[in-house]
Amino acid sequence: MSILINKNTKVICQGFTGSQGTFHSEQAIQYGTQLVGGVTPGKGGQIHLNKPVFNTVEEAVLNTGADASVIYVPAPFCKDSILEAANNDIKLIVCITEGIPVLDMLLCKKRCDELGVVLIGPNCPGVITPEECKIGIMPGHIHKAGRVGIVSRSGTLTYEAVKQTTDYQFGQSTCVGIGGDPIAGSSFIDILARFQNDEKTEAIVMIGEIGGTAEEEAAEFIQQSVTKPIVSYIAGVTAPAGKRMGHAGAIIAGGKGTANEKFLALEKVGVITVRSLADIGEALITLVK
Amino acid sequence: MNLHEYQAKKIFKQYELPVPMGVVCKTVDAISAAIEKLKGTRWVVKTQVHAGGRGKAGGVKLVDCVEDATAFAQNWLGQRLVTYQTDQEGQPVSAILVELCTDIKNELYLGAVVDRASQRIIFMASTEGGVDIEEVAEKQPDKILKAVIDPLVGAQPYQGRDLAFKLGLIGAQIKEFTDIFMKLATLFQACDLALLEINPLVITTEDQLICLDGKVTIDSNALFRQPELYAMHDPSQEDIREANAAKWDLNYVALDGNIGCMVNGAGLAMGTMDIVKLQGGEPANFLDVGGGATKERVTEAFKIILSDNKVKAVLVNIFGGIVRCDLIAQGIIEAIEEIGMTVPVVVRLEGNNAVLGASLLEKSNMNVLSASSLTEAADMVVQAATGEK
Repeated sequence: MSILINKNTKVICQGFTGSQGTFHSEQAIQYGTQLVGGVTPGKGGQIHLNKPVFNTVEEAVLNTGADASVIYVPAPFCKDSILEAANNDIKLIVCITEGIPVLDMLLCKKRCDELGVVLIGPNCPGVITPEECKIGIMPGHIHKAGRVGIVSRSGTLTYEAVKQTTDYQFGQSTCVGIGGDPIAGSSFIDILARFQNDEKTEAIVMIGEIGGTAEEEAAEFIQQSVTKPIVSYIAGVTAPAGKRMGHAGAIIAGGKGTANEKFLALEKVGVITVRSLADIGEALITLVK
Repeated sequence: MNLHEYQAKKIFKQYELPVPMGVVCKTVDAISAAIEKLKGTRWVVKTQVHAGGRGKAGGVKLVDCVEDATAFAQNWLGQRLVTYQTDQEGQPVSAILVELCTDIKNELYLGAVVDRASQRIIFMASTEGGVDIEEVAEKQPDKILKAVIDPLVGAQPYQGRDLAFKLGLIGAQIKEFTDIFMKLATLFQACDLALLEINPLVITTEDQLICLDGKVTIDSNALFRQPELYAMHDPSQEDIREANAAKWDLNYVALDGNIGCMVNGAGLAMGTMDIVKLQGGEPANFLDVGGGATKERVTEAFKIILSDNKVKAVLVNIFGGIVRCDLIAQGIIEAIEEIGMTVPVVVRLEGNNAVLGASLLEKSNMNVLSASSLTEAADMVVQAATGEK
């Protein structure tokens, strides 16, 4: 088992024929993902990367039976793409694009929740269940099928955690990048709940960063509902207040959202925390058999 | 992106919100004409900077003659205002807003933000206007009234009325407040705001509601569809190096330490700063070069890092996921050749072709040290910065 995706997941790509869509779809196909086609309005009927191109998500779903979609379209058009996917029976939407207006995300999130659609991202590396299915821009070769579930707000920090869990031979059950935006489709809590119920996941790595209160909310949830061991790292102890650190959501505002507050909240509920991102793998040694 | 108060009020006027009569002046000479145009007997002169706390810092003054207003402008235009919200350098003053004085009976607070936890726009109102609202939220949270806006149906008048009654407003004020609330909700959506504050929203001695101040932050991700607002961008209010980095699509934030950092990915860039600190060093900056760390971007990134003369050593930390580390190493070598690096550089490459990248750096015969792990890299750069071997 795994969470969100597995070898049977059928994926379409929105923004399939663009440069990002093409590059990462090629990588995904090579990795073994069942990428069954793509959508580029106006290019329906063409063949791209040996897969059919459709004008609409509706057509793509009808013809391929896809249940997941990955979105690479430019930020100004993402609201449209997310809503098109959500309203046409896609059950899992992974939005990679960075820079989507926050008010667009408020609408998309509300609509996805109403329809029971899982939205991952935006501004994220995507989701991977190693050796089964890769949806997103993460480098496939650093992953290894295994027992640690990883959830993170940052792309490159996820790769660091993946590398360490691979080096220590733990491997990963599923890795989920929930993204660096202030409004995320899925929260730490959504993903932690899935890892808790996943037989394959023995331990969890949770990587947070400054800004907002998602880690504090996760801590409350962990106390009530997560029994699996968790190792956590929070980036940005040295970040100054009031400055946006690259990610739209990484900002200490009004004195709230500091890394230390988040470390404390997690430690209080029994989460093992590491102050150096290089220590994630080692911290898992005693926790994973 | 932040707006100046005078710019925010210009937009308020477009949405028919009540604001004081005012004229913005960019020269000392313009002051007397502004006062002549406004008429009246008392005026408020306000320095225009992107920071709060202007009043306490002497950047706002009540005047009752042209001479005093002119003297205020002479004193401030071209100077920098330091408030508790700015750094020690302060913010440059290049405009002064002259407004007709409003006779205040009561001060309220009205603001709106995109609340991350509830994923809604939330309006906040309080009877404790004119003071630091974050302090009110901390010490007297029951004094903050809230209205949650549904993203699909938008703000409704009943929500404004509800706030008005709870604020203790009476008579015509209820309708006036509800009207202001609805217009602000429209403005928030239409202008892609991330934050809006009217502090204070005042009740005048004539029982009229007026937006006496205005603070507006626009969602930077939405600027592509807000050309009119983007035209109001004032780069002079931003850190020069940060603004320069933004031109190259680099995310840079200046810090106080002496170890420059160049990293791919925002999270890893923060993580790298943290590890430098853990190893006993002080990071000089946050810098995310992004996924495609090409020679041009690396060159610009080095230039920006080195423009801070506190920098004694640079740590480059790249996780080559999709990009190849040997290409990045080549970019680093060419960038260093072009700039003529004066401080030691420690490079940690991980991922695709990392070993090949490291050997390219070794062979380059430049002042570049290659590290095999992040902890080792942080150790090496801290030693390099302190001059120890």
